[in-house]
Amino acid sequence: MSTMRDFRIWRGDETGGALVDYQVEVNEGEVVLDVIHRLQATQAPDLAVRWNCKAGKCGSCSAEINGKPRLMCMTRMSVFAPDETVTVTPLRTFPVIRDLVTDVSYNYEKARQIPAFAPPPDLRPGEYRMMQVDVERSQEFRKCIECFLCQNTCHVTRDHEENKRVFAGPRLFIRAAELDMHPLDTRKDRKEFAQAEQGLGYCNITKCCTEVCPEHIKITDNGIIPMKERVVDRRYDPLVWLGSKIFRRRS
Amino acid sequence: MTTTATGTEVRSRAKITARTLRTDRWWLAPLLTVLGLLAFVVYATIRAFMGRYYWVDDYHYLTPFYSPCMSQSCIPEAAHFGRPLPEFPGFIPLAVISLPFLLAFRLTCYYYRRAYYRSFWLSPPACAVAEPHAKYTGETRFPLVLQNFHRYFFYAALIISLINTYDALLAFNTADGFGIGLGNLILLGNVLLLWAYTLSCHSCRHIVGGRLRHFSRHPVRYWAWTQVSKLNARHMQFAWITLGTLVLTDAYVMAVSAEWFSDLRFYN
Ligand code: SF4
Ligand code: SF4
Ligand code: FES
Ligand code: FES
Repeated sequence: MSTMRDFRIWRGDETGGALVDYQVEVNEGEVVLDVIHRLQATQAPDLAVRWNCKAGKCGSCSAEINGKPRLMCMTRMSVFAPDETVTVTPLRTFPVIRDLVTDVSYNYEKARQIPAFAPPPDLRPGEYRMMQVDVERSQEFRKCIECFLCQNTCHVTRDHEENKRVFAGPRLFIRAAELDMHPLDTRKDRKEFAQAEQGLGYCNITKCCTEVCPEHIKITDNGIIPMKERVVDRRYDPLVWLGSKIFRRRS
Repeated sequence: MTTTATGTEVRSRAKITARTLRTDRWWLAPLLTVLGLLAFVVYATIRAFMGRYYWVDDYHYLTPFYSPCMSQSCIPEAAHFGRPLPEFPGFIPLAVISLPFLLAFRLTCYYYRRAYYRSFWLSPPACAVAEPHAKYTGETRFPLVLQNFHRYFFYAALIISLINTYDALLAFNTADGFGIGLGNLILLGNVLLLWAYTLSCHSCRHIVGGRLRHFSRHPVRYWAWTQVSKLNARHMQFAWITLGTLVLTDAYVMAVSAEWFSDLRFYN
């Protein structure tokens, strides 16, 4: 069964833009991305949109639908009332390139700054052996599809552009946690790095990252809070702190 | 493509001025949180300073709001740990030894932080709704950097939970020997839920096993960690439930103590 629905889509680029109204056909079982594609095919051939898999696995089609950060390919039209206008905008935290496409390079730059996985030097690829229980926690974070919805929703940078300098964001906190919990990683300074370089202290654990993650990764409970506790071990344990003040200062 | 330290300040965001485009009732959750927390704070403050109706002499019920009672101002029978402290003027709660730690425990709790940052400080009020503050430094500076001391208040809360358990068990020993009343069940239920809240704490989860890198080398701690993790998934629920049971328990003891109604006795 097909119906005509009202859509409002943000059209524009870095110089400016506006929400534009469209009336478009919607069929049963469709997702928002299908409708965007129909618009491209019929009324707006120059509408820019990024997508790849249409299966919620590539993380390309992130946008904000009725104000909520979501994957367009995983948002069924049936969640909206038939007379509800569906508003689609690009992610609001990253610079817009055109229409629904944003420049997400901030996330890759922050990712590059994390020290790489450091297995024991005498272990060659193919020789890695580990127990499942030891690597389980890290595996949860490997489900990440890098859609950056969490990075986009986090108020630390969403509402404060200047914090992008000092704050790496939830996706990179779980990367740090993944490595710090990894049974074969040998680096000892990941907690210090998370606190000093990634800006872990800026996170106020309000959990919006967890709320929007399409992979349902428990970003805050299993990644960020454990990292905060690991930092407490190193930095705020009064005894350890006193000792480090008296005997030596860590660089 | 340009790359800079942040990669983003070279180009600008989509110019959308609306604070949020959300169409659901995103303001409802923070509103309910404010009402819920305020109601508890008002009740707890009144009761903590009331200085009366905290002990039922017939059945040895002691409300958790007055435990441990260690001042000369306490009713002698309610002072399970003696009365080493002098008489208190009215503006000092009788449980001044435990209340500040319990307050600090809840204030620095990861769940309550989330709750009041969102609902009182609006930082953010809801996801993808802009916060009203011009600057934001999170928990990097004084005083919020002190949230990192949560773990030490957790240790204090463990001791206080032990004391509350002791109080609840003592209450089975009435003036005429062993007895059970509705008050006993309420005290006991409250203590069980307090344990559930305390043990589901994120710091507890870290301490019992979360800090380990190799679970396989510590099977007992791994088992403990999996149990605490199960509780931890419900930490928010326990945080609210225990606010409710604390009020219920205290109100029941107050009512019986003030003789507004009498305890329902099942045995003796
Ligand atoms: S929990 Fe922390 S990282 Fe996640 S959205 Fe909130 S402030 Fe950002
Ligand atoms: S953690 Fe979740 S929300 Fe964040 S980038 Fe990965 S999949 Fe997306
Ligand atoms: S198109 Fe791949 S996640 Fe939506
Ligand atoms: S009591 Fe809530 S996290 Fe510790």
